[in-house]
Amino acid sequence: MAVATTTAPTASTSGLWSWITTVDHKRIGIMYAVSAFVFFLVGGTEALLIRLQLATPNGTLLSADAYNQLFTMHGLTMVFAVIMPIAAAYQNYFVPLQIGARDVAFPRLNAFAFWLFLFSALFLYSSFVVGGAPDGAWVGYAPLSTQLKEFIRMDYYAIGAQLLGVASLAGSVNFIATIFTMRAPGMTLLRMPVFTWMTVVTSFLLLLSLPVIGVGLWQILFDRNFGTLFYAAQAQGDPLLWQHLFWIFGHPEVYVLILPAMGIVSEILPVFSRKPLFGYAFVVFSGIAIGFLGFGVWAHHMFTAGLGPVAEAGFGLATMLIAIPTGVKIFNWIGTTWGGKLRLTTAMLFSLGFIAMFVIGGLSGVTHSIVPADTQQHDSYYIVAHFHYVLFGGAVFGYMAGIYYWFPKWTGRFLDEKLGKVQFWITFVGFNLTFAPMHILGLDGMPRRTYRYPEGLGFEFWNLLATIGSFLIALGVLLLLINLVKSYRKGAPAPADPWDGRTLEWTTSSPPPVHNFDEIPVVHHVDDFWYRKYGVDEEGRAVRVPEVTGGTVEVEVGGEDHGEAGHDIHMPSPSYFPIIAAAGVVVIGAGLTFSSTPLVGFTLLGLGVIVTLWGLMGWAGEPITKEAH
Amino acid sequence: MAIDAVVDQPLEDPSAAIHRTRKTAMWAFLGSEVFFFGSMISTFLLYRNTTLDGPGAEIFNIPFTSASSFVLLMSSLTMVLADHAFGNGDQRQGRIWLVGTALLGTTFLAGQIFEFTEFVHAGLTIRSSPFGSSFYMLTGFHGAHVAVGVLLLSMLVFFSLRGRYDPDQGMNVELVALYWHFVDIVWIVIFTVVYLLQI
Amino acid sequence: MATRTGHAHPTTRTYWLVALVLAVITAVEIAVPYLAALDPVRVPLLLLLGGAKFLIVVAVFMHLKYDLKSYRFYFAIGLAGTFVVFAVVLASFQAF
Repeated sequence: MAVATTTAPTASTSGLWSWITTVDHKRIGIMYAVSAFVFFLVGGTEALLIRLQLATPNGTLLSADAYNQLFTMHGLTMVFAVIMPIAAAYQNYFVPLQIGARDVAFPRLNAFAFWLFLFSALFLYSSFVVGGAPDGAWVGYAPLSTQLKEFIRMDYYAIGAQLLGVASLAGSVNFIATIFTMRAPGMTLLRMPVFTWMTVVTSFLLLLSLPVIGVGLWQILFDRNFGTLFYAAQAQGDPLLWQHLFWIFGHPEVYVLILPAMGIVSEILPVFSRKPLFGYAFVVFSGIAIGFLGFGVWAHHMFTAGLGPVAEAGFGLATMLIAIPTGVKIFNWIGTTWGGKLRLTTAMLFSLGFIAMFVIGGLSGVTHSIVPADTQQHDSYYIVAHFHYVLFGGAVFGYMAGIYYWFPKWTGRFLDEKLGKVQFWITFVGFNLTFAPMHILGLDGMPRRTYRYPEGLGFEFWNLLATIGSFLIALGVLLLLINLVKSYRKGAPAPADPWDGRTLEWTTSSPPPVHNFDEIPVVHHVDDFWYRKYGVDEEGRAVRVPEVTGGTVEVEVGGEDHGEAGHDIHMPSPSYFPIIAAAGVVVIGAGLTFSSTPLVGFTLLGLGVIVTLWGLMGWAGEPITKEAH
Repeated sequence: MAIDAVVDQPLEDPSAAIHRTRKTAMWAFLGSEVFFFGSMISTFLLYRNTTLDGPGAEIFNIPFTSASSFVLLMSSLTMVLADHAFGNGDQRQGRIWLVGTALLGTTFLAGQIFEFTEFVHAGLTIRSSPFGSSFYMLTGFHGAHVAVGVLLLSMLVFFSLRGRYDPDQGMNVELVALYWHFVDIVWIVIFTVVYLLQI
Repeated sequence: MATRTGHAHPTTRTYWLVALVLAVITAVEIAVPYLAALDPVRVPLLLLLGGAKFLIVVAVFMHLKYDLKSYRFYFAIGLAGTFVVFAVVLASFQAF
């Protein structure tokens, strides 16, 4: 953030207050990660309850009502409160480091986005204690979601998802501005690490898809509370419109969940294969192509809604097309490992697991593009199997790989590799045991979102297997938790560049200083750090540049914004206005759930508006960097 | 590739760099807003004939709406003149144009309130038909954007009067101007698609 | 770089002239529905006039004509995306 003159950062660096007021992208990233992990445990517990209920025919653990709430909240939690924030955690922490920047473009907006995310997720969960959680599935199909106005559950859905969307939108605007305008000298777009590239693509996807569901969620809220007729079929409203609005967001959203994981894997495979990423440009442009095509396939979620043959054929074709850039990526990853000098660390194992599981999930996805087949699979466990293969076997494996890969940078300590490998194999086996049987269950006709099934349909064995598998996954997650806690306290110390890395985050210390880099680096290549460490001999083999020893590489300095002393860096000051503004916005949202008791509703609304304005006014009037007089 | 145009402008002056970052964010945000209003305009188009037995587009008062559209259009002129004055460092003149813009915006909002009242009396409400629901949602959200714009303009005037206006800060005439013009062009579309094409 | 944004902006005179053009277009727009002779081309004509106003404001008042090309990209991707996506949605409802 430019302006150079006097002091080094002097902000207090410990205590609760320093976390509440922090605008440091690294700390915000850590807060995203911790929140996401906690919600992962919560969402996972919900999944275990679902699996226990389904372990035997005629399960009696949960009522239909409780079951509906649990699977709805499981979906909402895992999508909005786990995978999106864990992706945001990595993006916050590593995008500025990877592009050689000192922070994101708008540090306070960044803090605002985090607090809004956290408060909105907590708001969503507060529904459990006030009349029940949302129970109309994470897709919230109208008119199911607009009826039953005596329960306010789906109001929590409409408002909670809306606010989470706003938080995410703020984040994506921030990343676009950061990546397009704050790269280190010499870092052209096609020298950016793939993870940063995938952040660009996901930011655009969120930027353009969130407003669409935003409109839809307002319509649901208005239909429920103010008597509008958007989805009232009896009054010529058309519930199908909601499906369009939801999936115009919903399909890009699944790429939002998977693309950052693809980016992480594209970082890890080259490092542990000691080879450059095979076909860097192809991987990048495939990611962009996936982003574009992702906007043109939403209606394949609606093949049973009766769109007519032309639309169905068109969307079926577009869906098949997506397999091409996805396939390109898979071949490039395999090409990267081919002939490489593989180091099978835990991060590498999860990355390889990612490729294998994602291929399975991708292939079952292609089967959905065949319209007649899809109408058979629709809303069956086959779908559940498919999207867990891409979202758990794909995305979550990718993010777990990221934990093992980047934990040393976060904390300066390694995660325990032995425990990590045990965790990988338990998770891998448990995952396949849980979700592979669901393919069979689905093709045998077991519908999703039903809380029990009768005996004698041949569902018993596969369901029991899936339940056993789900507890193996839980064991794996428990091991990860133990590993995180244990290694954070007394893991082996990690140097700045523990894996012989290729990207700029490894040039700075572990953990990095507040200002990230003492000197902003100048970039000459993709994988610039690698080329500073290694030259090439006559036969094309990598040869260590002799005068350099790991971690303390001489870095060419660019930019004049460091002052003569070279270390006078001004970082943005901490601010408590973002958390105030975020709290105000959520209070406004809470006020909207009280349309039946207008007095409470208006009080909360008014309070929320005042608090929000207070936060925003203070924010606007406060200088970014306070002078230390 | 269009995006390649963004690359490499290293070592530029920090103030220009900050402006570039902010405007990038603002344009990206506006790109998002296009989808927001696009969704609502499409909802309206889908429901344009679903008036049930209630009133539809025939109750629109085109001369009146034309006048208020013109007011909003001219507020774009005053906004750009304010931006120009601030760009030249003439905050005094800039403030006059800012106040003018805010007043024109307020006039537009007053017109909208009048119009809504008339329509409700004629029987068009958010509950009368999907047409009514989508009409009020679209024009209402647009009105909310105008109101936010008036708030931002007032804050700019306030900061400038107190001598706390700093073009390197986020509260910046250039950014507010972009937002204001955007709200204006959305109305250009609404005026054409919702009003003129439906009568 | 000469100015704050590094690009030459038009003068106030240009802004006034552009506003005049916008006012004239608006007057024509309002007249069109009342001219029975124009009925066959009413819809395309109104869309054309509205589109012209839209583009003029974006190009001149929002400085997109003078500013960095990348800004055009962010805005255009939103415009084009919205247009294509919702054209498909409305077509699938046979709403045209």
